[in-house]
Amino acid sequence: MSVLVFVDLDRGALGPTATQACGLAVDVANGAPVIAVAMGSAPAEVATALGAAGASTVTVLEHEALDDYAPEAWGDALAQIIGRVEPAVVLATGNDRGNEVLAHAAAVLDLPFAANVLSLGAIGPTTSLTRVRWGGSLIEHAELLSERPIVSTALHAFAAPEGGAVPVVETMALELSADAARTRIVDRITVDAGITLQTAPVVVSGGRGVGSAEGFAALEQFAALVGGAVGCSRVVTNQGWRPHSDQVGQTGKRVAPELYVACGISGAIQHWIGMQAASTVLAINIDAAAPMVAKADYAVIGDLHDVVPAIVAALERRRPRT
Amino acid sequence: MRIAVCVKRVPAPGARIALSDDGAAIDTKNLGFTTSPHEECAVEAAIALNEQHGGETTVFTVGPPEADEQLRYAISVGAHHAVLVSVGEEGADPDPQATAAALVDAIHARETAAGEFDVVLFGNDSADSGGFQVGVRVARALGRPIVNGAKGIAIVDAQGASESGSGRAVEVRRESSSGSDVFRLPLPAAVGVLEGINLPRYATLPGRLKSKKAEVPMTTATMAAPRVVTRRFEVPEEQVTETVMLGDGADAAERVVDLLIELGLA
Repeated sequence: MSVLVFVDLDRGALGPTATQACGLAVDVANGAPVIAVAMGSAPAEVATALGAAGASTVTVLEHEALDDYAPEAWGDALAQIIGRVEPAVVLATGNDRGNEVLAHAAAVLDLPFAANVLSLGAIGPTTSLTRVRWGGSLIEHAELLSERPIVSTALHAFAAPEGGAVPVVETMALELSADAARTRIVDRITVDAGITLQTAPVVVSGGRGVGSAEGFAALEQFAALVGGAVGCSRVVTNQGWRPHSDQVGQTGKRVAPELYVACGISGAIQHWIGMQAASTVLAINIDAAAPMVAKADYAVIGDLHDVVPAIVAALERRRPRT
Repeated sequence: MRIAVCVKRVPAPGARIALSDDGAAIDTKNLGFTTSPHEECAVEAAIALNEQHGGETTVFTVGPPEADEQLRYAISVGAHHAVLVSVGEEGADPDPQATAAALVDAIHARETAAGEFDVVLFGNDSADSGGFQVGVRVARALGRPIVNGAKGIAIVDAQGASESGSGRAVEVRRESSSGSDVFRLPLPAAVGVLEGINLPRYATLPGRLKSKKAEVPMTTATMAAPRVVTRRFEVPEEQVTETVMLGDGADAAERVVDLLIELGLA
């Protein structure tokens, strides 16, 4: 038996969350081979990183249509390798590409696919699992009836292992139908965003309590002083105070900073699941009874319009002059 | 431009979900229902495309008879037709493969009767079950290309230049970690839409009246046995954290900075 893990490479670079599923893969494999499958080409450092994350073999699937992200072609290619290797289980991290490519492969193979899984029981024709439902407000206990379970791991639910050995790297050229290449990237707009919500060590996020688009100026200042990014809750984007790209939560982004500062955010479950992977949470809220205050590691009770500027002033006063 | 949109009736986001005593089902008694947020934006995207390129939109749902409400909402904001595929009572939750199969049948029947859809829109994922696959399965079964995560949709000619009227491809913009990627799919195609692509409009009074009078045909589907079988639900344990109070108001600022320094972030 073997465990197959799809890892998303973006033009040869490993995606930031791609190896999270290796955490579950190594666990499930229990010593059996873990085959990481990448599309297009995998530079040596990627193979090394996948080995460190627990892959015993790295299989690179080659075809012109696989060089850049192409959901249909990648799904077809993954379905083909699943057919050849016949792994006991197929995994990927439940990020945008992981869920999309697994859905394609499952559709091609006419197999069920369970997204955003938190745990897997013994692999068999009936595999028990738990998965995220209602964006995290419920956990579903389910059985997957499949000779070949296809499963994505809930984002940030698993961590990539460390310290694995050097893997065997093999390349495999595939034949793909001409149709497979029709869903492809024709243009890439690179925004030099500098610090993004997904990479920032600190996310300063605002909710209804911020009150206006202008109210975010103080949060921007705070974030800039600590090399952070500004996020917001769904209410804020619905009000048009911030673009949807800043939204954290079930229908926005999932972030995992070292520190999440929730300013005037009550802490509804739909928001919480977007930032629950933060190492430390600081709530700034006028309402001491807000769920966010109860769930946070640290809290300041007060009007964010007083507190945030005071933090900015204190940071400016105390930061070392350079 | 003939457009289909597939929507799902889901408990209103933010609703507190109650479970039956044995945890085997959702207690739907006191729940408010709505259209899943990504799909609400898909309906808006369809109507906007109709406004630019003409044509009409048909909305499909697979759900309980009560999902009629979500279809009429879509009509009230500008959709032209709606088709309900009934799968039993409220709370019945067919698995993604069965849902996709029922949608394929319904779309196929409609296309046979009224002509092919140029674009079939889906929400990226449903707010309740979050399966991330119905759109992909339907598109595959219909033999059409699909891309998910759309934050922008434009009809273009096959070379990519913008063109009014009869376009031949759909360009889909999707956010990536470094900016955004633009995909171009030849028509007919399918697209999975993300919330934030637009701000859905409100229904007008004439729209509401029209939706009340609209005919919404209902068919009943025989659903395949689920292959992802729900056994029970569990409310995740609230993370119990001892919250450290750093103080009240602006006076707490110094302690916040102490914390930032302690965490190595300032």
